[in-house]
Amino acid sequence: MAPLLEVKNLQKYFKVPAGFLHAVDGVSFQIEEGQTLGVVGESGCGKSTLGRVVLHLLDNTGGQILYKGEDITKVDHHKLSQLRREMQIIFQDPFSSLNPRMTVYQTIAEPMQIMGGYRKEDLQNRVMALMDTVGLARRFVNTYPHELDGGRRQRIGIARALALNPRFIVCDEPVSALDVSIQAQVLNLMLDIQEQMGLTYIFITHDLSVVKYISNHIMVMYLGQMVEMAPSDELFARPLHPYTQALLSAVPVPDIDHKKERIILKGELTSPINPKPGCRFAARCQYATEECFKQEPELRQVGENHTVKCHKVQA
Amino acid sequence: MSDTILSIKDLSIQYVSREIGTCRAVNNVSLDIQKGENLGLVGETGAGKTTIALGILRLTPKPQGRVTSGTVEFWGEDLYKKSEAEMRKIRGEKISMIFQDPMTALNPIDPVGDQISEMIWLHEKITKKEAAAKAANMLEMVGIPAARYKEYPHQFSGGMKQRVVIAMALACSPELLIADEPTTALDVTIQAQVLDMMNGLKKELGTSLLLITHDLGVVAEMCDKVAIIYAGEIVEVGTTRHIFKDTRHPYTKGLFGSLPDMNSHSKRLKPIHGLMPDPANLPQGCKFAPRCEFCTERCTKQEQELTAVSPDGHLVRCWRAVEEEGGV
Repeated sequence: MAPLLEVKNLQKYFKVPAGFLHAVDGVSFQIEEGQTLGVVGESGCGKSTLGRVVLHLLDNTGGQILYKGEDITKVDHHKLSQLRREMQIIFQDPFSSLNPRMTVYQTIAEPMQIMGGYRKEDLQNRVMALMDTVGLARRFVNTYPHELDGGRRQRIGIARALALNPRFIVCDEPVSALDVSIQAQVLNLMLDIQEQMGLTYIFITHDLSVVKYISNHIMVMYLGQMVEMAPSDELFARPLHPYTQALLSAVPVPDIDHKKERIILKGELTSPINPKPGCRFAARCQYATEECFKQEPELRQVGENHTVKCHKVQA
Repeated sequence: MSDTILSIKDLSIQYVSREIGTCRAVNNVSLDIQKGENLGLVGETGAGKTTIALGILRLTPKPQGRVTSGTVEFWGEDLYKKSEAEMRKIRGEKISMIFQDPMTALNPIDPVGDQISEMIWLHEKITKKEAAAKAANMLEMVGIPAARYKEYPHQFSGGMKQRVVIAMALACSPELLIADEPTTALDVTIQAQVLDMMNGLKKELGTSLLLITHDLGVVAEMCDKVAIIYAGEIVEVGTTRHIFKDTRHPYTKGLFGSLPDMNSHSKRLKPIHGLMPDPANLPQGCKFAPRCEFCTERCTKQEQELTAVSPDGHLVRCWRAVEEEGGV
């Protein structure tokens, strides 16, 4: 089966006074229909930019984005608006991503009004049906976002993204602004919806326990580049890239008898503006040798569906 | 002399406003912290964690915030009987606080080194020059080169700003450190660095710690004792082992059930249903009853007191946990 989405060597550079900021640099992946790709990385590693470029909300600098085999960076405006029906996004912050002057009804109905073709009655029924789907009580239909808590607001964002019956949704940190008990409710909802509608997700997050829970495959990003990609279980059982290992070891585990060797990384992210040649992680890596500072490693296949970008990892 | 450094007894704090009415943020909270101990205070947004911290330092926002009952004793002395001048000596010197958001806790128009030295100079009888030298030392101690003394907060990353805030909080070697979500705004690898550093500094200086957080993972790594707070009340308190291995309160169980486990393969989480009650309109009886799967009629009418369920200080506020699973 052909993948629903295929991204080849995607690049996105931003022009800044000091040169070019390499936000996304040579990322390639595929997603099969109905699957979830988790994208993890720390703030500033380019994961949100990746999500936006994939939806063509930002123009890419180079590379291809093939949705059902068609390069969406090359299609005309009309065709793109048709594609947008199928490709939606759920934003990170339910406090700033909703228009404070629009009611729940207006917010959820807006995408359908823009696309047109709904009678008023159908529109009302559809909004109510969507509110049921995401578990928002119908009595909230005429309230404004500021009257609702974070979990309910995020449900509005999800209902709006579902309004046009999409097939593919980019979820950009959809639960990171929520409390754990509410986070669990929203994660369960997203899994239920995926099962019912056969949706495909790109799930962007910095929370490794969440990403394992929801994803089939996981991509680890560091400074705009993909450093490791593997099926979820494989990645957690056998992390190969030194950055992935450090990232996994840094997560505090809520179990007092679970003692693990923690890898404390030195320093912080280096600048993504005009990056130096060589491996971008080398400055913080405990295994780095001269080769790492001089030559950028290639992405290599090291197991079934497991790729890693590091000189030191043996196949 | 006993080793209890801080003793909170029956503390209640309300916020009063004309629009919302009376908001009961903290209700009859009692807590003790021993010297050198790490106490974790765990709860969700709006549970009253930060209000407790502000209450300890008498920084409850005025005029809307009111302490309606209770005492806070530091080494046996009631902080609420101190004058404002005496309190100013205690804040920062004896008890200091790390605020949640390093992005807003620093003054954007002062170099970071000056912000630390000002604090030292205010509390200790030394010259400005000596204070500056000490501030530079503090920067080195938290892993920032002293050469960056003259730089401004915007020139630092989030993790480094949080280190500056920690350096400032520890500059006068306080006996008690209150850390309000010190690593929530940070990435995991930076969080690991900061927690590691805080542990090291604590050992060096022998400071007690009140760690406010919503992250049970951080608690497991840092704390000796844990208090779980819900709707302004402590619902369960005990040693870290009590809370993690012998969880009694349905809310605490719900918190653990809500966490995706990195080491298991379960396909669905078990979240707590519903939402936290509005502190302006708290339910009668047990505050958790509307969300609790074991709720009975008695729970909605009358609230259980915090009751011991083991001889070594494990207390729970739940009828069912005390009666069915056996009290002491």
